[in-house]
Amino acid sequence: MIFDMDIETLPREELEALQLKRLKGLCERVYANVAFYRKAFDELGVKPSDIKSLADVRYLPFTEKQDLRNHYPFGLFAVPKDNVVRIHASSGTTGRATVAGYTQRDVNNWATMMARSLTAAGASRRDIIHVAYGYGLFTGGLGAHYGAERLGATTVPVSGGGTRRQAMLLRDFGATVLCCTPSYSLVLYETALEAGIDLKELPLRIGVFGAEPWTDEMRREIEKKMGIKAIDIYGLSEVMGPGVGIECVEAQNGAHLQEDHFLCEVIDPETKEPVKPGEVGELVITTLTKEAQPLIRYRTRDITRLETVPCKCGRTTARMVRVQGRSDDMLIIRGVNVFPSQIESILLETEGLTPYYQLVVEREGNLDTLTVQVEVDEKIFSDEVRKLQRLEGKIQKNIKEFLGVTALVKLVEPRAIQRSEGKAKRVLDLRHA
Amino acid sequence: MKAEQISIFLENRAGRLEEVTRVLAEADISIRALSLADTSDFGILRLIVSDHEKAKVALKEHGFTVGRNAVVAVEVPDAPGGLHSILKLLCAGGINVEYMYAFVHQCEKSAVIIVRFDRTDQAIELLQKNNIPIIPGEQLYKI
Ligand SMILES: [Zn+2]
Repeated sequence: MIFDMDIETLPREELEALQLKRLKGLCERVYANVAFYRKAFDELGVKPSDIKSLADVRYLPFTEKQDLRNHYPFGLFAVPKDNVVRIHASSGTTGRATVAGYTQRDVNNWATMMARSLTAAGASRRDIIHVAYGYGLFTGGLGAHYGAERLGATTVPVSGGGTRRQAMLLRDFGATVLCCTPSYSLVLYETALEAGIDLKELPLRIGVFGAEPWTDEMRREIEKKMGIKAIDIYGLSEVMGPGVGIECVEAQNGAHLQEDHFLCEVIDPETKEPVKPGEVGELVITTLTKEAQPLIRYRTRDITRLETVPCKCGRTTARMVRVQGRSDDMLIIRGVNVFPSQIESILLETEGLTPYYQLVVEREGNLDTLTVQVEVDEKIFSDEVRKLQRLEGKIQKNIKEFLGVTALVKLVEPRAIQRSEGKAKRVLDLRHA
Repeated sequence: MKAEQISIFLENRAGRLEEVTRVLAEADISIRALSLADTSDFGILRLIVSDHEKAKVALKEHGFTVGRNAVVAVEVPDAPGGLHSILKLLCAGGINVEYMYAFVHQCEKSAVIIVRFDRTDQAIELLQKNNIPIIPGEQLYKI
C-alpha cells in the first residue's frame, strides 16, 4: 500500500520540478532569516536567485553537525520562536547537544512522512502499533507515535525499558507492529521467552527498526525468530527524526527517501564534489520544507549510494542502499550517538586531565557494549584500590548522565592502548569483526 | 621514622608481575616485602625494596605507572594478641589503616607489619608514645 499515492509515485521529472521550486523558496527563506546562512551564502558569493536548476545545489554551503553545536540552542531558527511548537535534542554533554525545532507544519509533515513509512512497511489503520522507542528529547518515540496516529492505527506509547512488562503488553494487546531499535527487539524477544511468551506465536507481523546500524544477518535472525518482516527505517534528528527514509515491504532493498521533503545528494567526503549517479559516497540532505530549522546540504556522515531504478512497490523515490559506514568515528550504541570527543570531555570534567583513552565497542549476544579504557598515569594513580574504583565509578556515572549510555570503565596500564604514528586509536569497533 | 613504599599499577594480565620482578632483578634491586591488591580488572603491587629511587626509575623506563607512598614498619611481638593491641590503640586514637601487609623478620622473634595510615605522622606519634617499636626506613631497606 502507498499512503500518498500522488506524491510517492510522482514521475521523477515532476518530482524534480517540485524539488527545484521548493529549493528556490528555501534559499530565499534561509537567506532572509538565518544570519548563519546569509553569511555562508555571501562568503561563497552565491545568491538565492542563482539557483536555476537542481544541480546548482552544489554551489550552496554545507552545514555540519558542529554548526548546529555552535549555534546552540536556537541560533539556526528561521522563524520567530513563537512559531516553534516543539523542540527535540540529541544527546550531548552540557551545551553541546544538537537541537531541532519544529513548527506546527513541520510536526504535521513529519507525522505524514512517518505514516507513509509505516504504510510502506506494510502497516495500516487496522494495526496495533507498539512504540518502544524512547519518548522524550530523542525523536524516536514521538516521531513514530504521531505517524502511527496519523495513519489511524491503534498506538501504544510504551517507550523504552521495562522489557518484561513490554512482553506482556505485546501479548495482552495483540500488537501487530513493533517500533524499536533492532538490538532491542532481540532483547525483547529473549526476555519474553524467559517469561514464557514466544513472540512468534503472537499476532506481531512487522518490525520497524532503526536508530542504529544493523546487518542483513541480524535482519534474517530477527525475522526467523519472531516470524515477522523486519523493515529498516532511516532518519536523523538534525533534519527531522525517523521517517526520512523507509524500506518498502515489497522489495526490502534500500530505504525510499521522502524526496518531496528532502533533496538528497551523494558526495565524495574528501573532495566534497558530487559522485557520479549510483556511486558510493556521503549522503547530504537539504530540508526542502522544514520551516523552524531548515538545513542546507547537511552532512549526514552516512556512507551510502542512491538507487533510482523503479522499485517494484511502485514508488518513484530514490532508495539509499543500506548504510555502509560512517565518514567520521561517531558510534551508535543502542540507538544513542556517541562521539569520542564527548567521552574525552567527560574525562576532562571528571578529573581535569587528558588521559589516554580508547573506546571498545562489542556486541554481546544482541546488545552493543561500550568499554571505555582509561590509561592510568601518575596523576590519577593511587596505591589504594578503593580510590581507583571510585574513579571508575565516577567516570561511568558521568557517561551515563551526560550521554545516556551505560559504559564499562576499565583502567589500563599506560601504552596498553595501541598507538599508530604516535596517535592513540580512539575507537575499536569489534561489532562486525 | 617513615618508610618509602613504591606502588605499581598492573593490569590483570598474564606476565605483568613477572615483568616487574624481571626489571627489578636486572637493576640489581632486592624486594624486602610485597603485597598485591587486585580487583577483577586491575591490581596494585606495593613493594618495599632495597633502593626505591632506582626501582622507580627502572620501572618507569619500562612504561609502568609508579607511585611513592609513606608507610610505617611496625614491629609486632610474636605472641597472641600482639597485633590486636596495636590496632586497638590506633583505633582509639582515631587513626585508620588503609591497608597493611606483613613479613617475618628472619633473625628476630617478631613480625614486621607494613602499614599505610590515613594520617601517617599522627600514627607514628601515637606508636612512639606507647613504646611500640618502629623500624626506620633506612634500616628496613637493608633487612
Ligand atoms: Zn519500494
